[in-house]
Amino acid sequence: MRLPDLLRFTTLALRRQRFRSGMLLLAVGLGVAAVIVLTALGEGARGYVMGEFAFLGKDTVIMFPGRKETTGGMPPVTGTSARAITLEEVEVLQRTVAGIGGVAPLVLGNAPVSFEARARDSMVIGTTADFFDIRLLEIAQGSNLPDLALDEGKPVGVIGQKLKSELFDNRRAIGQWVRLRDYRFRIIGVLKGTGDSFGLDLSEAIFIPVASAQSVFNVHGLFRVLMKVQDNHRVDEVKSRVADRMQELHDGELDVTVISPDAMLSTFDEILRILTLGVAGIAAISLIVAGILVMNVTLMSVKQRTAEIGLLKAIGAPSAQVRSLFLAEAALIATAGAVLGMVAGHVLVTVGRHLYPAIPFTTPPWAILAALGLAVGTALLFAWLPAQQAARLEPVDALGRK
Amino acid sequence: MKAWSWFRRMIEVRGVSKTFYLGDSAVHALDNIDLHIEPGDYLSVMGPSGSGKSTLLNMLGLLDRPDDGSYLLNGVDTMELDENERARLRRDQIGFVFQAYHLIPRLTARENVELPLMLAGVAAKTRRAQVDEILDKLGIGSRAHHLPNQLSGGERQRVAIGRSIVMKPSLLLADEPTGNLDTRSGQEVTQILEELNREGITLLMVTHNQSLGDRARRHLRMVDGAILTDHQQAGAEPNRAPA
Ligand SMILES: Nc1ncnc2c1ncn2[C@@H]1O[C@H](COP(=O)(O)OP(=O)(O)O)[C@@H](O)[C@H]1O
Ligand SMILES: [Mg+2]
Repeated sequence: MRLPDLLRFTTLALRRQRFRSGMLLLAVGLGVAAVIVLTALGEGARGYVMGEFAFLGKDTVIMFPGRKETTGGMPPVTGTSARAITLEEVEVLQRTVAGIGGVAPLVLGNAPVSFEARARDSMVIGTTADFFDIRLLEIAQGSNLPDLALDEGKPVGVIGQKLKSELFDNRRAIGQWVRLRDYRFRIIGVLKGTGDSFGLDLSEAIFIPVASAQSVFNVHGLFRVLMKVQDNHRVDEVKSRVADRMQELHDGELDVTVISPDAMLSTFDEILRILTLGVAGIAAISLIVAGILVMNVTLMSVKQRTAEIGLLKAIGAPSAQVRSLFLAEAALIATAGAVLGMVAGHVLVTVGRHLYPAIPFTTPPWAILAALGLAVGTALLFAWLPAQQAARLEPVDALGRK
Repeated sequence: MKAWSWFRRMIEVRGVSKTFYLGDSAVHALDNIDLHIEPGDYLSVMGPSGSGKSTLLNMLGLLDRPDDGSYLLNGVDTMELDENERARLRRDQIGFVFQAYHLIPRLTARENVELPLMLAGVAAKTRRAQVDEILDKLGIGSRAHHLPNQLSGGERQRVAIGRSIVMKPSLLLADEPTGNLDTRSGQEVTQILEELNREGITLLMVTHNQSLGDRARRHLRMVDGAILTDHQQAGAEPNRAPA
């Protein structure tokens, strides 16, 4: 039988049983749409999380005081009794550990920043020029923090966009002096964009040299140290060299935690991928349920069209042909349902993208292929049994029954 | 019997039996049947209900297998064939006409006639001319695009006949083809079948109608699964199929 004839014969048969065909279309379509939408959600979540963590930068090592046994976990929130990390130690690391590029020690504090009569409670970040590099931040106006020795202070600062407009409105900020507790700092640069990430709104922060921040807040220890790994070095090796060196500096006690966001990120990535696979699997179950429906519907067709099967055999259709007629019906309806489901799923994903532009909903190509394959595959698989039953009917028996 | 009939025998049935079992009782639907049919012959099969007429036709049409005996069709031993080979013979050499028409309700008259060609994979272009010719010949050209439920009984049976001959079979088996028709339509359908026979097809027709049955050249009367009488009409000779 030629394909156009097969299609016509099959379509006519399906049209004849509108309700059943409609139910099948719906069941398969829902299953496929579910796979498409759920994997898009999973991928969207993964993309969102990865995007959020991207500021951590590639090829960085982060060190903070205190020991956290579980690698890849979050740093401790409150200070611990662990020994502080000092600027001198960071300087030693930078000088002696192979593979460290830029270094950004961090001192964090909150203090009112004032200009003329205005004052804003702001986050104050003491760091180095390298910080902007490592965090992939850009300067919109003016210049970056100057290159200073780590322990060298200087009364200059870079401020975030939001803080800038709160203090200066539309006036020029560069060159102005702001007050920070008992100190005054000259604004030399404005940060580009919001820089919002990881719960810290950097656009509301002011950046000053780390040694100056130590003076302002009268602290000695560092909150964090960000280190860039040089291109020709491996992140995990640098990470363990840093840990070893710190252990030596702290008299043999390992009381700092060194992590690499790369490792953390890939763990997240993997977890979220598995999550996507999981929801895809759940959605796929609905396709298998649809397959069972296909079996029932095909079984009904075979029962109802027994005389027709007898006739087909009487006019010379071999068993295999009778079987393929019924399989074609299942395949056709599954394909139509899958296409419908793909369109519906795609519409839903597009709507989702418009509603939540921050989340990159996209259905991975493998999910589309898998949904299509599974829809048609299960339909064929489940239709096989009833189709085979039709093929096996004895022509005389089949003709006799009405 | 003439000498040539030994060489050109279309159907050669020997010692064929078919028994159905219903619970404990056995029904001998065919009881040790011997039957030879020459190409181009025209036979009527008559007999009381349940005497095995349909079973005989189904067996001759390869729809059913006998329990015992042998059946040669155009020299081929059908007992040796597997189901696919039997299907092929049904397709190429045998046409069926049933009392209940057995048209496919969702296909038009034309498509029903076309169906065997479609199943055989003949291209649509090639089919068209063949089907047109048959529709015209059977006088249902104007009804080509009607569905079976829009046709009268006589028209339906003509569509069924069209379907049975579209593959140009050599044997036409009609099981009470006029059983559901009024006298007039029955006459017309019989005339069509006889015309086909005149063109060379071998025709076996089961009927309950004595006057229709009498028109055949050879009359089989069945009782209890056996051929009671096999009467050749005097002077009649089978049509020779065009060589
Ligand atoms: N599939 C079957 N199962 C059981 N008995 C059958 C079957 N087909 C036919 N028979 C029996 O075989 C006998 C012959 O049937 P059939 O050939 O249909 O007779 P006819 O066509 O002469 O009326 C009947 O007694 C009938 O009941
Ligand atoms: Mg009968």
